[in-house]
Amino acid sequence: MKLEGNEKKEYLAFVRKESPKTEHAKTMTRAFFLGGIICCIGQGISDLLRYLAPTLEEKIIMSFTLLIIITITGILTGFGIYDKIGDWGGAGSIIPITGFANSIVSPAIERKTEGVVLGLCNNMFTIAGPVIVIGLTVSVLVGLIYWFIGVI
Amino acid sequence: MKNRTITFKTPISIQETATIAGPKEGAGPLKDYYHNILENDVLGQKSFESAEIKIHTYTIKHMLNRAKLKENDIDCVFCGDLLDEIIGCNYTMREFDIAFMGLYNACATFGEALILGATMLDAGHMEKVICSTASHFSSAERKFRYPLELGSQRTPLSQWTVTGAGSTLLSKQDVSKIKITMATVGRVVDYGVSDANDMGAAMAPAAMDTLIAHFRDTGRKPDYYDLIATGDLGHSGSRLLQKLIKEKNIELNDNYTDCGILVYNRESQDVQQGGSGTGCCSLVFNSYIYTQLKRGKYKKILLVPTGALVSKISSLQGETIPAIAHAVAIEVL
Repeated sequence: MKLEGNEKKEYLAFVRKESPKTEHAKTMTRAFFLGGIICCIGQGISDLLRYLAPTLEEKIIMSFTLLIIITITGILTGFGIYDKIGDWGGAGSIIPITGFANSIVSPAIERKTEGVVLGLCNNMFTIAGPVIVIGLTVSVLVGLIYWFIGVI
Repeated sequence: MKNRTITFKTPISIQETATIAGPKEGAGPLKDYYHNILENDVLGQKSFESAEIKIHTYTIKHMLNRAKLKENDIDCVFCGDLLDEIIGCNYTMREFDIAFMGLYNACATFGEALILGATMLDAGHMEKVICSTASHFSSAERKFRYPLELGSQRTPLSQWTVTGAGSTLLSKQDVSKIKITMATVGRVVDYGVSDANDMGAAMAPAAMDTLIAHFRDTGRKPDYYDLIATGDLGHSGSRLLQKLIKEKNIELNDNYTDCGILVYNRESQDVQQGGSGTGCCSLVFNSYIYTQLKRGKYKKILLVPTGALVSKISSLQGETIPAIAHAVAIEVL
């Protein structure tokens, strides 16, 4: 038995009216602060690196900062802490690079039961994969536009 | 419309039940009713799937012990779960020397099992059957949603899959006063809900459809029952069902509840709309509701397991979520 057309629309409108809504004020505030805190930690790490090794090039400091943050996220994910942070702060934990690291480590942990190659390696990018593909595609498109503007 | 209600010629006795609840369920409001509560939900296994299989196996073994029966005394086991190809049940039944029928109706599987088991007994083909379902939060989460450790937020409409298993032993002999008297078989109902996080809204119309058919076929009214319990509509789904069915001039009031609401403490356990999963209904029925039937608190109940027949593939392909619900009337005679 299937509802079609207007009856279906009426039911979906009824469900929308009756269902509890996401508390945007709360979730957005939390996301804002958590995202900010993660970025501050990143800034702190790079400042610390600059202080400890003043001779290092800026590029290398940036790379090291990312590596350190990604490693910390991986460890926190492994100990089951990062998902609790994410549950609290939502998008605040997804947007920074820590979210990307978490999205690769978490399926890897879960899929290791199906073997290293076909389980772990095969499924590592199930969540992060689309981000990489779309990111690359868009950067090519933007690059082409940039090139055309340069030609004109 | 065709009659969808079966009236059993000889009411089928519910001889014994057994349950195993996970740690979160064991900390919930029904903790005093479960037969066993797990301290951790991995049970020393390498995967959550294996843990689910262990839970299900122990539940059936525990039931045989409680009823003082051997595998040889059981004619058939009707069981199902949420995993692909119902592997949970397949591997559970590998441990037993009993005939097996694997079922899948998502979270309504327990209702399907009770109806088929009772029908087999009523027809005289079998003497004793076990109806059983199990689910595990972590194996379901990874099948239907995201990896456990992914830092994603649960939407306010989502539900928490119950870790646990419940088994019911049905007998043709008159061994118990608690009997299955009638059953209404559900049909697949799709009202066009496509949000896989909002199972309550997808299943409420199916529950309504089966309840209307049950009351129409039997001539009974909702107040005939001391308790009408749906499977896992959760808080918001139950409210939807009550409002939907009111428009059809049927009122579900104080005698109505939902197993997904009963199984967790919503305030302290962070479960959004409540419990769900194949194990939800069977865990609550075989522990809490069965105990209350034995104690005489309830005399007549209607159990309506509800199932969202969702699959990750069909959801991605833009399909809406069909749902089903079966009703089983259980009375103290």
